[in-house]
Formats: sequence, C-alpha cells, structure tokens
Amino acid sequence: MEDLLIRIEKRNDVPTTLYFFTPFIAIILTIIGGGIIFYALGFNPVEALKFYFITPISNLYGFSELLLKATPLCLIAIGLSFCFKSNNWNIGAEGQLTFGAIVGGGVALLFYNQEGFYILPLIIIAGAIGGMIFALIPAILKTYFNTNEILVSLMLVYVSKLILDYLVVGPWSNPEGFNFPETRQFSDSSRMPLLFEGLRIHAGIFIALAAVLVSWFVLYKTYLGFQIKVSGLSLKTAKYAGFKGKTMILIVFMISGACAGLAGVGEITGPIGQLHRMISPDYGFTAIIVAFLGRLNPFGIIFASLVVSLTYLGAETAQIFLQIPQYTGQVFQGMILFFLLASDYLLFFKIKFQNFSKNELRH
Amino acid sequence: MYKNFLRYLISAIFLITFSISAKADFKVGFVYIGPTGDHGWTYQHDEGRKAVEAAGIKTTYVESVKYGADAERVIRQLAQSGHDLIFTTSFGYMDATNKVAKDFPNVKFEHATGYKREHSNVSTYSARFYQGRTILGHIAGKLTKTNTIGYIASFPIPEVIRGINAMTLAAQKVNPNIKTKIVWVFSWYDPGKEAEAAQALIDQGADIIMQHTDSTAPVQTAEKAGIWSFGQASDMQRFAPKSILTSIIDDWAPYYVQRAIAARDGTWSQQDTWHGLKEGMVAMSPYNKGMGADLVKEAEQLQKDLASGKIHSFTGPIYDQKGNILVAEGKVADDGMLLGMNVYVKGVEGDIPK
Repeated sequence: MEDLLIRIEKRNDVPTTLYFFTPFIAIILTIIGGGIIFYALGFNPVEALKFYFITPISNLYGFSELLLKATPLCLIAIGLSFCFKSNNWNIGAEGQLTFGAIVGGGVALLFYNQEGFYILPLIIIAGAIGGMIFALIPAILKTYFNTNEILVSLMLVYVSKLILDYLVVGPWSNPEGFNFPETRQFSDSSRMPLLFEGLRIHAGIFIALAAVLVSWFVLYKTYLGFQIKVSGLSLKTAKYAGFKGKTMILIVFMISGACAGLAGVGEITGPIGQLHRMISPDYGFTAIIVAFLGRLNPFGIIFASLVVSLTYLGAETAQIFLQIPQYTGQVFQGMILFFLLASDYLLFFKIKFQNFSKNELRH
Repeated sequence: MYKNFLRYLISAIFLITFSISAKADFKVGFVYIGPTGDHGWTYQHDEGRKAVEAAGIKTTYVESVKYGADAERVIRQLAQSGHDLIFTTSFGYMDATNKVAKDFPNVKFEHATGYKREHSNVSTYSARFYQGRTILGHIAGKLTKTNTIGYIASFPIPEVIRGINAMTLAAQKVNPNIKTKIVWVFSWYDPGKEAEAAQALIDQGADIIMQHTDSTAPVQTAEKAGIWSFGQASDMQRFAPKSILTSIIDDWAPYYVQRAIAARDGTWSQQDTWHGLKEGMVAMSPYNKGMGADLVKEAEQLQKDLASGKIHSFTGPIYDQKGNILVAEGKVADDGMLLGMNVYVKGVEGDIPK
C-alpha cells in the first residue's frame, strides 16, 4: 500500500535577494489575477489593466495625485515598520492618525484667522504628539499589564473616531456650517504649502521622505535599531543580551504613533483643510499592507506605498472610463497581500510530494 | 527667478495635458455618495442618470465617493476626462465642487442640496422633500396607537430638521398628543446602524418608523416587528410589502434630462432650483390600502393641495420646543427660514445634537 503524501519542510538558506524579489512576483500575480477577474466580468483585460495602472499616472496631475495619496501611506508604514520589526503588533495606526489629526486640528482652530510662520510647525508638532500619546496607551498597557496590543490598539481606533465625531458635531463644529458635522476651513497660515500651482501635492511629502531617511539611519546605523531587529528575530536572545525590552516597546510605539499622527495632520492641513468625520479612507489599515509589501525596509516602503496608491487611483479611473465597480481596488489590495504571503510561504518552506508505504508511517 | 520659471513650465505642461485630453462627445458625469444599489438616495440619482442616457447623452458615474480628499480628485478627474456637465449628488461635495469649478470654467457643475455657488458655472438644486413629510405626518398621526413616532435621522442639518418638523406639525394637526422620538445615526448609509436605531425606537414604544437615511434596513426591521413604516427616496415597497404605507420618491430624472440637454445645446445658465410635489421632483409611491380607504383619500387630497399651494407645510402658528413663536398665526414660513431651519418645533423630543 502506498499513499501520496505532502510534506512541508523549512528551507534552510533563503537568499536575501529572493526575499526582496518576491513582492514583485506578488504584484505580477496580482496583475494576472486582476486580468482574469476583468475578463470574467466581461471587460477586455488589457484595456482594463491599462486604465487601472497606466492611465491614472499618464499626466503630471495624475502623478502628483499618486504622490499625494502615497504620502500618508508611506509615513504610517515607516512608523509601523519599527513596531513590526520588533514583534509589536500595532494595528491601530488609523486611531493614532485620527487622534493626531484631532490634536493638530485643535491647534489649527485655536489659531483660526491668525497669521504667523510658527502656526503650521506648531500644528505639525501637536499632531505628532497626539499620535504618540495615543500609541502609548497600548504600549503602556502591554508593558505593565501584559495586555494584547493588537486588541487594544485596534479598539482604540473606534475610540478615536468617536472622539472626532463628538468634536465635529459638537464643540468644534463650524458656527456658519448649518450644523453639518465639520469644523471651519483652516486659515491659510495653517495649511501645508503647495509645491506647484494647480496641483494638490504639498510639503508633507518632505516629512515622509525625511521619515524614510531617519528611519533607515536609526534601523541600520544605531544601537536602538540593532535592538529592535534582534527583538524581532528572537525575543529570548534580546533578553539574554540584556536589552531593556520595556523601554524599547514604548519607543517603537511612540515612533509609530508619531508617524501616524503626522500623516493625519498632513491630510487635514493639506488636501482636506478642515476636520470632519471622514479624514482618512482607512490609510492606517492600508499602511499595514504597505509595510509588509515594502519588506519593512524604508526604501521598499516608498515603492510599496506608490503601488498601493495606484490601486486606489486605478479603481477610480477604471470606474470613470469602464464603469468597473470601485470596490475592485480593495480586491487588488487583498490580492497583493494574499500573493505576497503565499510567495513568502513558498520561499521559506518547500513542499514535497512523496510516496510512503503505510508501514513506514506507523513507526 | 529660477523657481518662477519652473512653476510656469510646470503650469504650461499641465495646461497642455488638459487641452490634449479635450473632448469629442458631450458627456455628463455623476458623483455618488453611496452605492447605486442602496435602493435609496443614490439609487434614485442613478435612475436620473439612466434617463439622461435614454435621452441619447453619454453618462459616467463614480459611486461610494468619500467626502474629503478623494471627492475633489474624482470630480477633477471627471472634468479633466472630457465631461461637460457634472452632477455632485451629496451635500459634502460642496467645497470640492466649487474648487474644481474654478479651474474648469468651461465645464458646468450641478451640486445637490448645497448652498454655495461661488462661480458662474455652478448651479445648485434640491427638492422640497418636506412636502412629502407633511403627508407622512398626517398618516402617522392618524394611525399611531402609542402616539409615538420613531424617526431615524442622519445629520442635524437644516434639510433633516425641516423634515422632522414638517412631519411633526402635520401629525399634531390630526393628533395633538403625538411625540416624535429621534435617533441620530450620523451616516447617510449604514444598514447596520439604521437597523439598530429602528429597533431602539420600537423598544421605546414607537409603532411607526420613518427614516432620513438611505438604506432599506429600517423598513425591513419594521416589517419584522409588524409595525408601520415609510420608505425613503425610492419606492421601497418590495422590501417591506406589509409595513410600508408609502414612500417619498425623489424623482431627479426630468431635471437631469432638462439640464443635460440645456448644457449640450448651450442654453445652460446658473440657477438655484428647489422643486417639490408641483414639479414632480418629489412624488409619493402608491398608498398602502392597509391604512383604510378614507385615509388614502385624505392623503391623496393633501398631496394635491400641497402641490397646488393651497396648503403649506409650515403654516403658523408654529412654536419651538420652549413655546416661543416661530411663525405667527396665518403666516407661512418663507424659503429663507426653511433653508436655515435649526430648531425643533414643539412636540419633538430631545435636543438637536450640538
């Protein structure tokens, strides 16, 4: 008697080049998968993919919109990479973004109709601090009370959104706004400077780029970065080496929260210009995909944020030109993550088909 | 110097890209807040779009467009890709519509339910839904046994407050003991929240449910609980055949067709439209016979009188919750007052969320 059996074995040496190459495989598979879906929906797949991935960035305006969309994703994902690299699962970047926007927006409203070069920097700092404080909640609960940071950070997302709801409906709502749940439009002194006339891309992109460079330096050139990476690889080793685990957890959460908070103020002082209930189309959650697609590497994250932003823009364009439902954008994001995880699995494990005799198995 | 040069260069490239993408056919774009399958607000706008298409004009739509940064990009993209007339069909698109209109003076914009017309290529339009609410109020006041009417509301803007007040005033006229209970869900479309709100109102004794939100969840909840309800925006009868007494129907089709043809033929000009039962922008779906033949007759008569102007939804005396007079006896509220309506009338329970 012989049976076919599937065995899964860990691969011993996985080349680093291949590790950084798999995201591209995932993207190519997503494009193929997307083509099949479009075909099944009755569209010409080549045309649909062209509207999806090329048309949105075929002119300067489109390209600037891509950068505009990628800016918050990149910034949040950079922050998350600190947490994820050190085995801290901060899922609540959306909440930290929202709370950062609340604190930053509060400062903007405080200086309503005032002039001053110092106003915008104050708002930005306030936003970073807001995000940081909000990220410290799950961090402190984790370090001192052993709570699960995934649950706490996730649930705090809803808390932050309810706080925002309360403020824009109530005390901060625009007195001339007919009770619609939004604040006043911020004054010009509270808005991010635009880089080009007629385009919405703003100075926030420099914050994101600075975050990329700083995070690269911290992760790869400092002792803190070394500690983070070792903790990620093996918590026991980190403890054995005498690293202060608790302080590190607090620090990575603070970095992550500050980045998300900065992304939040970037949105409200950039393209939105006020606070209302829908300041983020779930950037905080999408950034999780971005962080992993970018391999938690600062430069990889830039690339990943551009790819994922394109799925948003492409979904809009495909709908305008071909009337393909907008939700395909989410399907694309889902496929990217799925194929990435799948290729990772195959990268780290090999699957063997083997014939065994039953006797052999009974040992 | 160099910086300026760079700016001009980029602006020039920008402009050239625009002119290349200039049009061949006349096209109309629509921006929707919800999915076309909501069977409420967006569904009806899409019915209007289909009528434009049937009139031989090409159309495009983008659904579920969020307020904020995304809205402006979508509107801009429609303008840029050769659409000549763009309908933005939710209040929250107001600032984005005006911003894009400034950059595309040759494209016409129509914004639903807003009040800002900052450029000559922006028109606004809305419907006098409150006239329909008056009919609902009359029916509800006659049918309720618990004297409690449950109202699921979206956002505390004048549009919604006006509906609550119109309904309450009409109900009081036929039943002075009426109370209106309100649950705010702070969303236009959230079936889960809307269903919970309906259940909460039923638990508080409401035996008639009505809604100023877009999903069919409230009427389905009412159907299950075996109580009366009213449909919103489109004829929701098939979702709750026993429960629904009538639905207020938003009929945008004639307006959309007329405006699209005007824009195509070059006769479009800026205007602020507020049509009601008379023009057919607001209509009532067939009345449920379960309310009794007499009541059906009364409702039909009221509908005629509201359309002809014989009866006005806001006829004095009208008092606010504290008993201060809002509209004196024998007077009717003018449009200015209706547009800025910001207080409940007597008989509505609770406070406007602030």
